[in-house]
Amino acid sequence: MATFTLPKNSTITEGKRHGAPSGAKNVKAFRIYRWDPDSGENPRTDTYEIDLDKCGPMVLDALIKIKNEVDSTLTFRRSCREGICGSCSMNIDGLNTLACLKPIEDVKGDVKISPLPHMPVVKDLVPDLSQIYAQLRSVEPWLKSDTPPPPDAERLQSKDERAKLDGLWECILCFCCTTACPSYWWNGDRYLGPAVLLQAYRWIADSRDEAQGERLDALEDPFKLYRCHTIMNCARTCPKGLNPAQAIGEIKQLLAARHG
Amino acid sequence: MSHTTSGQAPRQAQLRSPLGRVRGMGSAKSGAHHWWMQRVTSIALLPLTIWFVLSLATNAGMTHGEVLLWIGSPLNAVLLLALIGLTFHHTASGLQVIIEDYANSEWVKIASILAVKAVCWLLGIAAALAVLRIAV
Repeated sequence: MATFTLPKNSTITEGKRHGAPSGAKNVKAFRIYRWDPDSGENPRTDTYEIDLDKCGPMVLDALIKIKNEVDSTLTFRRSCREGICGSCSMNIDGLNTLACLKPIEDVKGDVKISPLPHMPVVKDLVPDLSQIYAQLRSVEPWLKSDTPPPPDAERLQSKDERAKLDGLWECILCFCCTTACPSYWWNGDRYLGPAVLLQAYRWIADSRDEAQGERLDALEDPFKLYRCHTIMNCARTCPKGLNPAQAIGEIKQLLAARHG
Repeated sequence: MSHTTSGQAPRQAQLRSPLGRVRGMGSAKSGAHHWWMQRVTSIALLPLTIWFVLSLATNAGMTHGEVLLWIGSPLNAVLLLALIGLTFHHTASGLQVIIEDYANSEWVKIASILAVKAVCWLLGIAAALAVLRIAV
């Protein structure tokens, strides 16, 4: 449900400033959201000035440099640093994206970094995604088939059948889209959100899956599915260039079609 | 003490498992019809609204008697009734979606949706009655 103001303990204060090392010529300021659950203090924005001549090209390179060389308390998730694990999703320069795929030079002025919007914060840039993980689990994102596979081979798909999964299988579950969706902000307790609905459609569209009707039954709900109003933030923010809104549109069309 | 970047109540306040909470009462098995009727009414209203606006423009300057004759012609009366029914149906279903999006409590949500539907029904019936009294 909609909330338009921050409670007192969530308002952000100005934090510390870590100046650039002396002699640095190519300095960029990173303004990073910090919150420590143990301190009892409000969240704050810390500023780190980094010498870009001694830093890798991506925002994640700068975050790792800050953690290694300036402030080891800075907390964030990261793993593969090449856009396939989905760990380092965060809001950079006003848009949810992967820190490892976002070039620093694409950001004009200071680089503002905060956690994925509207999620509970665990610490600093680490959001609590347990609700979204549970929603993903609830659409049962695995193959359901009563027909056993051929004893001596895998389940086959034609090229056309396989092509229907393109634009769906590439999702890495970083949840940039879901946390960019106003409908998810207001009704995330019931609306499944773009990432989970794209995953649901990935199995609905799979020719090997035999539970299409059951899956559509589970989605036909004013809140689980129909909170999508094609706002399109999901497609705009997706760091993999996917279009969750289109997948949601396909689900709506199938539901309309089965009513005849 | 937990907080969010936007001030939602902390979810840790509940001890029910996330999966149990998300599955909740299951799906309502409805919503497709509402969504489809929103599309159907909006497409039907396109030509009807254009016809209505063009008619108003071309009828400008008519006397009262001429307007009564215009509304009373069977074709115009039927189209006006269709326009009235579709407009209020579309208005009610659109406002319902907005209320569902933004209403903070279940009580406010149900009361507002019922109020919107009541107003749309009454306005629709009143408008239809006005056309019928002239046409019939």
